[in-house]
Amino acid sequence: MNVFAPDATDLAILRQLSQDATQGAAEIGRALGLAQPAVWRRIRRLTDAGVIAGRRVELDHAALGFGVTVFLGIRLAAKGRASLDDFERAVTAIPEVQVVQHVLGQFDYRLRITARDIPDFERILRRRIMTLPGVGQVEANVMLSEERRPGPLSPLTPL
Amino acid sequence: MLDDTDRRILRHLLAEPDAPNAALAERAGVTTATLWRRLDRLRQTGAIRAIRPRIDWRKLGYEVEVSLRFTLDKSNPRAFDEFTAAARQVAEVTEIQSFLGSVDFRLSVIARDMAHWQQIYREKILTLPHVADSDALMMVSTVKETQGVPI
Repeated sequence: MNVFAPDATDLAILRQLSQDATQGAAEIGRALGLAQPAVWRRIRRLTDAGVIAGRRVELDHAALGFGVTVFLGIRLAAKGRASLDDFERAVTAIPEVQVVQHVLGQFDYRLRITARDIPDFERILRRRIMTLPGVGQVEANVMLSEERRPGPLSPLTPL
Repeated sequence: MLDDTDRRILRHLLAEPDAPNAALAERAGVTTATLWRRLDRLRQTGAIRAIRPRIDWRKLGYEVEVSLRFTLDKSNPRAFDEFTAAARQVAEVTEIQSFLGSVDFRLSVIARDMAHWQQIYREKILTLPHVADSDALMMVSTVKETQGVPI
């Protein structure tokens, strides 16, 4: 894969965008002391290179009636090991499952699940998760708080 | 309080956060002007906490992603605050979640390669305060990722 090598200005733009992705090039330019067309070109380049892959909306999920987020660790049963494809096909079809990651370690998959409340989560767990093909051990942790960090966008981070 | 129109807008926004406003307005069945006004108000009231860019770290050369899970020593009442403050200082941390359950915290940490990961782990992770136990899950692939909620 081609790696995009950002310079200090690209990183400054990404840091600025990380605060609010709805800012326009003019606004970012003003904050950084850069001309609007230059900022626009750089954002375009970062987007074309796939570095800026889209937007993430951080929402008060409770306001939308989805007050509970649960992270699940799933270990597939060793016996009669169902194919990973079958498991993945079934788990990705569950609408309440927002994230499925194949991982190495104590578990085989980690899931992020959104539910209206704890009884709703219990229903999803019993009817949808425990019935998945090949599912073995399941560990659930109810999320209390979440913070997204901008990540290593400082020019001081050694490249 | 949110009304049905707000909820409809938010659901469509979550389902397709990259859709242009005109498309979003059409799907939610409102005019673009209404959409603007509503989105503005949803941000003012905090229902929308933030809209941030989704950065593809692989494109910037970060090939390794680790999900670290921590159990803290809860005998110190400041353990949660001090752990969170220290985790925020680690630039390679992209997500911090706290939990009710056997795990207290989870961090997403990215690294350029395994050597870089080892360096971050030794210098910045093992030194985090109040950790009683931790384990790591190494990301192989993301099979599904959506922000949407079921309608």
